[in-house]
Amino acid sequence: MRTLSKAVLGLLAMLAVALLGAAPALAQEEADETVGGVIRHERDPVEGVTLTVTDADGAEVGTAETDAEGQWRVPLPSPGEYVVTLDVDTLPEGVPPPGEPAITTTVGGNQDRSVAFRLGERGGAPAPAPTPQDDAEAPVQGAPGADVETEGEALEEPGGTQTARPAQIWQLVSNGLRFGLILGLASLGLSLIFGTIGLVNFSHGELVAFGAITAWYLNVSAGIHLLWAALITIVLAAIFGWAQDRGFWRPLRNRGTGLITMMIISVGVLLFLRFFYLFVFGGERQQYRQFVIQSSMVIGPFRWAQRDLWIMGISAVLMIAVSLVLLRTRAGKAVRAVSDNPALAASSGIYVDRVVTNVWVVGTALAGLAGILFGLIQAVDYLMGVRILLLIFAAVILGGLGTAWGAMLGGIVVGILVEVSTLVIPSELKYAGALGIMVIILLIRPQGLLGRRERVG
Amino acid sequence: MDWGFILDNSLRAIVGQEAIVFALAAIGLNVQFGYTGLLNFGQAAFAAVGGYGLATIVATFGLPFWFGLLVGIAGAMLLALLLGIPTLRLRADYLAIVTIAASEIIRLVFRSSTLRDTFGGSGGLTGFTNTFFDLNPFDDRVGFGPWTFGPRDAWVLTVGWVLVLLSCLVVWALMRSPWGRVLKAIREDEDAVRSLGKNVYAYKMQSLALGGIFGALAGFMFSIANAAIQPDLYQPTFTFYAYTILILGGAARVFGPVVGAMIFWFVLQLLATTLEAGVRADIFPFSLMTTNQVGSVRFMLVGLILILLLIFRPQGIFGNRKELVFDVR
Repeated sequence: MRTLSKAVLGLLAMLAVALLGAAPALAQEEADETVGGVIRHERDPVEGVTLTVTDADGAEVGTAETDAEGQWRVPLPSPGEYVVTLDVDTLPEGVPPPGEPAITTTVGGNQDRSVAFRLGERGGAPAPAPTPQDDAEAPVQGAPGADVETEGEALEEPGGTQTARPAQIWQLVSNGLRFGLILGLASLGLSLIFGTIGLVNFSHGELVAFGAITAWYLNVSAGIHLLWAALITIVLAAIFGWAQDRGFWRPLRNRGTGLITMMIISVGVLLFLRFFYLFVFGGERQQYRQFVIQSSMVIGPFRWAQRDLWIMGISAVLMIAVSLVLLRTRAGKAVRAVSDNPALAASSGIYVDRVVTNVWVVGTALAGLAGILFGLIQAVDYLMGVRILLLIFAAVILGGLGTAWGAMLGGIVVGILVEVSTLVIPSELKYAGALGIMVIILLIRPQGLLGRRERVG
Repeated sequence: MDWGFILDNSLRAIVGQEAIVFALAAIGLNVQFGYTGLLNFGQAAFAAVGGYGLATIVATFGLPFWFGLLVGIAGAMLLALLLGIPTLRLRADYLAIVTIAASEIIRLVFRSSTLRDTFGGSGGLTGFTNTFFDLNPFDDRVGFGPWTFGPRDAWVLTVGWVLVLLSCLVVWALMRSPWGRVLKAIREDEDAVRSLGKNVYAYKMQSLALGGIFGALAGFMFSIANAAIQPDLYQPTFTFYAYTILILGGAARVFGPVVGAMIFWFVLQLLATTLEAGVRADIFPFSLMTTNQVGSVRFMLVGLILILLLIFRPQGIFGNRKELVFDVR
C-alpha cells in the first residue's frame, strides 16, 4: 500500500503547486478598512443579496453576498469615498427594493464603516437607476444595519418582476456550481469512509469545520498568508484523520463495536468537536484576511470572482485526481476492492486496515480543504459543520452512498439545485430542497444515481 | 462557593421540566430505537411538530387548546409517515440520515420569515397555554420532599410526571403484548420476522409513529412549561441529548429513559452551576474559561458521556447487555 501513501503525497504536492501558482494572481494587500452592514426585512435577515462596492472613479472594488444572518462586508484597499450598490435583482421575492439602491460613503483609516439600506422605503416601487451622486440616504455609522420595518403587507413586487430573468438564473447556476464543486470535495470523504467500513460518519461536517477554523487561526491569529495556512491546514487535517482512525476508530473496530453503535459514537464526536470549536473559537462569524476583495469577471453567461475560479479549479482538479487514483493505481484499486468486499480483499492479500486509514487521511484532508473553501465563500463559524452536513448527506444519497463518483456528481447537482431553487422558494429555506432531493431519490432509486442495488436493502 | 445553592439547584433538576421533556422524548426513542432498532435522529422534529401544532392552532388560529393537542399528535404521525415511507424499507442508516436532515429543515421552516404570520419566525409563539393554567388547582407554593415549587411549576411538574408515568405504562403494556414482541423480533432479526409472514414495514412504521407521538408529548410539555415555543430549542442537539439519556438509563428498559433523564439533568446541572460558581470565584484563570464558555463545556461533556457510554457500557445503567443488540442489519 506504499503506493497510496505516495498517491496522497502526490495529491498534496499537486495542491501545493496549484495554490502556489495561484499566489501571484491572487495576491492582495490585507484590508484594514471595510464597509458592511446587515440587510434585514421586517427584522429577518435577507440572505443572498449581492452588493457591489465601487470607488470614486467607478472601478469595482469588490462584491459581497449577504449571509444567513443578512450580514455583508467588503474589505477596502484604502480609506476614501466609495459607492455601495445593492443589486435589486438578487433580493428574494416579496422583499421590496430599497429606496436608494446606491449609497455613497466616506471611509476613514482603519474604519469598519456601516451602510444601511432601507428596504421598501418607497413602497416597493421599481428601483430607480443607481445614482451614485444622490446621497440623500446618509450612511448610518455604527448602526448594525437597515433594521427598518416596512409597511404592512403591500410588499409584493409588481407582477412583472416575478419571472426570473435569464441573467439571474445564470448567476444562480454559477454560484451553485461553485458551491457544488466544494460540496463534492467535502462529500468524498464521507462516501469513501462509508464505502470501506460501512460507517456513516455523522461528525464529518465537523471535519469540514476543522479545516476552516484551523486555517482561520493560522491565517488571522498567526498571520500566515492564507495559501500557506491552507497547506498547513490540509496537512494537519490529514494528521487528524490518521490519528482519528488509528487512535479511535480502529481500536473500536477491533473490539467488534457494531456499526450502529459507531454511528451513535460519531454523534458523540460531533457534539464534542462542535462545542469544542465554540469553546475556543466563540460564536462569531469570521473572515479570512486574504482573497476577500475580489473583482469579478464575466465568462460567457457566468460571472465569477477570480477567487471563485481558483476555488472551482482546485476542487475540480482534486476530484479528477482522486478519480484517477481510484481507477489507475494499485492503491486506488485496493480501496475499491475493500469497499466491494472487505473479507475477499483481505484474503487476496490487501491490508484492509491500512486502506481504511488511508481513506480516513484522504477524506479528512479533502474535508479540511473544503472547509477552507467554504470559509472563503461564506464565513467561518463553529456551526458551519452542521449546515454542510445536511447538504453532504443529500449529495451522497443522490449520488449513491459509498461511491466516490456519486459523491462528486451528487455534490455538484445538489449545489446547483439548492442555489437555483431560490428562484421559487425563499432563500432562507433553500436547504429544504436538499431534503426534498433525498426523499425523492430514496423513493425512486434508493441506491442513488451511481450506486448499486445490493448496498441498499 | 455556595455548595448549598449548587446542590439545591442540581437536585431540583432531577424533577425539573427538562427531565420531563427529555424523559418523554427518550421514551419515544426507546420505542423506536431500543425496542425496534430504528435509528431516529430526528426526535427534535417530532417534538417541534407537536409543540408547533399546539401553539399554532391556539395562538395563530384561535382554536381550542384540546384541538391543538390533537393536531400536534396528528402532525407527529404524519411526519412519521413522510419520513418512514422512503426509508423504512432501506438499511438503518438511511432513516438516520433522512430524519436528522428533516429535523433541521423543519426547524428552518418554523423559523422562516416567510411563514412568520403562522409560526412566528425566529421569535416563536406565545399565549397558547391559558387553558392549561386555568385548570391549575394549586394556588400557593407546594412542598414536595426536599423541594418547594410555585403554583405554576407545581402544576406543570405534576402533569408532566403523570404523563411520563402513563407513557411508561403504555410502553410496558405494549411491549409485553404480541405486538411488542414482534417489534423486538424485528430488532433482533428482520428477515426471520418477515419469513413468519409479518409485515415488517408496517410494524416499523407503527413503531416510528408511536415513538413520534411521545416526541410530540415532549414538545407539548416543553412549550407549555416555557409558556412559549421557539424554533431554536429544537436543534439536533435536542435529539442527541435524548439519545444520551436513553443510553445512560438503558435502552429497551421501560424506566431506562426516566432514570436516565433524572441522572442526566442532575449531573449536567451540578456541573454547570459548579463551573459557573468556580468561574465567578476565580478558581479558573479567566483566560481559561468564562461563564459564556460553561455552556459549551456542558455540551462537550454530553458528547464525551455518549462516546464513553457506548464504548464501555452500551447497556447503560439498567440495560441488559444480552437483550440489547444494537447491530442487527
